Amino acid sequence: MTALAAEGRMVARTARRMRRTGALGLSGWTAVGALVLIVLIAAVGPLLNSVDPNAVSLSEAYQNPSAAHLLGTDANGRDLFARLVDGSRTALTGPFLVVLVSTILGTSLALAAVWFGGWFDQVSVRVMDAVFAFPGLLLAILATALFGSGLTAAVAALSIAYIPYIGRIVRSAALRERNLPYVAALRVQGVHGVLISLKHILPNISGLIVANATLAFGFALMDLAGLSFIGLGVQAPTPDWGAMVGTGMSGILQGFPDEALFASALIVITVAAVNVLGDRLTERSEALS
Amino acid sequence: MNTTPLLAVEHLGKRFGKGRHQTTAVADVSFQLAEGGSLGIVGESGSGKTTTARMIIGLEAPSEGRILFKGQDRTQPARGVKELRERGRNIQIVFQDPYTSLDRRQRIGDCLAEVLGVHFRLDREETKRRVRELGELVGLDERQLNSLPKALSGGQRQRVAIARALAAEPEILILDEAVSALDVSIQAQILNLLSDIREERGVSYLFISHDLAVIRQVCDDTIVMRHGAVVEHGSTAAVLDAPQHPYTRLLRDSVPRDGWDPALSTTRS
Repeated sequence: MTALAAEGRMVARTARRMRRTGALGLSGWTAVGALVLIVLIAAVGPLLNSVDPNAVSLSEAYQNPSAAHLLGTDANGRDLFARLVDGSRTALTGPFLVVLVSTILGTSLALAAVWFGGWFDQVSVRVMDAVFAFPGLLLAILATALFGSGLTAAVAALSIAYIPYIGRIVRSAALRERNLPYVAALRVQGVHGVLISLKHILPNISGLIVANATLAFGFALMDLAGLSFIGLGVQAPTPDWGAMVGTGMSGILQGFPDEALFASALIVITVAAVNVLGDRLTERSEALS
Repeated sequence: MNTTPLLAVEHLGKRFGKGRHQTTAVADVSFQLAEGGSLGIVGESGSGKTTTARMIIGLEAPSEGRILFKGQDRTQPARGVKELRERGRNIQIVFQDPYTSLDRRQRIGDCLAEVLGVHFRLDREETKRRVRELGELVGLDERQLNSLPKALSGGQRQRVAIARALAAEPEILILDEAVSALDVSIQAQILNLLSDIREERGVSYLFISHDLAVIRQVCDDTIVMRHGAVVEHGSTAAVLDAPQHPYTRLLRDSVPRDGWDPALSTTRS
């Protein structure tokens, strides 16, 4: 009993120390490990594929895992392992682009709003609120309706839809930073506002930006997978995790759930790892600021 | 004799808010600072000292009145970077809190080098030399110049803030409660440093404090502010030893000493 209580105290103390020092901890490093592995698969996996992920062989449909097909085949007899490995590229590239574009635009907008203040700040806040009110997925569906299905329109739409997620957080953090006396000291020296924003304010809030970009990556991955699932994102025959869940649906009904299952598992693992890492990074940026 | 004072503040006023929420932070404040002089502003919290300083440095726009530096108008905050720099070489400021007045990610030497780069065209070697000189002036060694603010104590950080302000070679240095956050022995060190710098550089001080002992040590002249207005103005000795205004007497009697009776200073006029 007492040993248990003592152990409980130990755990609590470790958690407190981690919060204070900003260490990533076991969960954080596990997430980093999982993500490194997934990115590695996406980077070099397709080069090592011995089987063409798009080679159709209807006679080999719905095969169980074997030496020839490590994870079996789908309804068209295509190698599932090769498709999952190849699909990791599309599954990760989309969210990466969304996060990259929305983080750069959102951060720039927020820094400019904070620096200039006044009406520019007010207008940008209102615009971000308006975009925020739009579900990202709806905006993406709208874009695919206007510009045709495919990854490009969806990524562009989500990039805009995600700007407020980053922008609002960066704005509040930058505002706090801007009101610190050191910024006033630099200003009365005549240091340019752009320079103060980029060289002083931005590095001081970069931890928070990275943490939130990481979290946004998880959401973007799910949104894009969802679009591909309903057939508006990645188009056949290009392999993609979300699209594989969609095409695998018919297999589930016929008693062959492998395709949908494996693809969903990869999505869940990636998103979970990204979320855990994002949470740890958020705690870390709070601990270090 | 030159009749233009270094700094002239005329009928300065500042109101915050609009309509019913309007409050007057500063009202009809006038004073002059002579070249090489040292003027103290004392008053309790909320008396408008800091707002006055922020208007003079250009962080706040006055609602009324004028601010003249060597007869040049600088009432409204500077518009462009060029103007900010020019004004930065006239007046500089040291803030109260030594912990937030430095960028926590910037090494001390880089901080000084950045400010030097803003004002002067110097090559790398010259910049290094000037940074070392500034460090020497305020008593910071090479190791401290290479460290981040978190490695320094409050007093050392305030030395950095003073060095940063002096890097622009200003003619006036505003010290806004610059020693209030430091403990007494460190306060004395910084005050001695400030007197030395004044002798060496001939820079004039506008010294804002609520601490009468500090004012007495540094300032030639003193004005006493209350509720945003000047209630007394004169040489430091006269103001503090023979106060004319009841509020100044109250301030003076609020300092604990032998035979001090708290009841005397709790009754406000």
